[in-house]
Amino acid sequence: MTLEILTPEKRLYSGDVYGVQLPGIDGKFEVLNRHAPLVSALGKGNIKVIKDKNTTAANFTIESGFVEVLNNKATVLVEGVTEV
Amino acid sequence: MSGQLKEVRNRIKSVQSTQQITKAMKMVSAAKLRRAQDAITQMRPYAQKLQEMLSNIVSSGDDDVSGSLAVERGKERILLIVITSDRGLAGGYNANIVKLAKETISSRYSDQFKKGNVTIWNIGKKGFESLSKQNYKTNADFKDVFLNLHFETVQAASKAAVKAFENKEFDVVELIYSEFKNAATQKFVVERFLPIPKVERKGGQKKADFIFEPAKEQLVAELMPKILNTQLFKAVLDAHASEHGARMTAMDKASENANELLKTLKISYNRARQAAITTELTEIVSGAAALNG
Repeated sequence: MTLEILTPEKRLYSGDVYGVQLPGIDGKFEVLNRHAPLVSALGKGNIKVIKDKNTTAANFTIESGFVEVLNNKATVLVEGVTEV
Repeated sequence: MSGQLKEVRNRIKSVQSTQQITKAMKMVSAAKLRRAQDAITQMRPYAQKLQEMLSNIVSSGDDDVSGSLAVERGKERILLIVITSDRGLAGGYNANIVKLAKETISSRYSDQFKKGNVTIWNIGKKGFESLSKQNYKTNADFKDVFLNLHFETVQAASKAAVKAFENKEFDVVELIYSEFKNAATQKFVVERFLPIPKVERKGGQKKADFIFEPAKEQLVAELMPKILNTQLFKAVLDAHASEHGARMTAMDKASENANELLKTLKISYNRARQAAITTELTEIVSGAAALNG
């Protein structure tokens, strides 16, 4: 699936990934290939971009954000990012 | 004679150094303008996606989920957020925004103004300086946004405005700033900030069946402030780019004027020099003629 992580100031990440781990407002969850359409609010926590099954491509901590999954494309909008 | 020559030479020198300054300022503004434009293009996908998400949520059901930030109340207390720059020398840029702010108050909110119910929040030093000298109720809490232009600093201002609206301190919040068209033209606009205009429901084919988490109302309540943050951020970035665009054109004009001034000065310099030489020659020739006579 394709993943795009955007902040108001720049595009943080974009590319093909295996999955992504997100800090939902009610707990952590993971979006993998062919996930159903979803809109969710994100809370404070960690975003983990998973490139292959075992390798992590990137790690960010965020303050808040949103994710939308549609047609195998996940768009994550985040605020207050620091790269780990 | 030589006194006049020297005077003109000094003028030429001073105009030349002024021109050097205006040329340098133009270059600096051009570089800053490019960066400011980049910032706008960088934030555009974020803003678009946010709007798209909201419209997806609103279109996916029939229930009204616009939330408390969309409630229209009587227009009693008005807040105007006026965005100007921190520095001058940008042509009519700041003056035009201040003028637009005054016009807005006198044409649309004169009743509220008489009751003292119009408040102005200034972003940027120049607008604060000129508006606070007159009878306007100004607030400079967010004046220095441009010193540290980041999303977080702008966010603080927008959060404060949203909070004040929720506490019913203000019924209407509007932004007055200059929209960036291109380097030579700015469009000065008054834009509604709060309450949020109703979101149009998308017609046509049914959208994908989204899973919403948490519930839609809560999502919208989370999304709305974010959208406002980005709206204000966009306004500030637009104003920033406009400022540099305006300064660039102003300085370009100034350099051109300096060139013209230099041209006329050079002509009068040469004329004075020629006159000095002619008199000197006449003196020598007539002196020699007197000796030979």
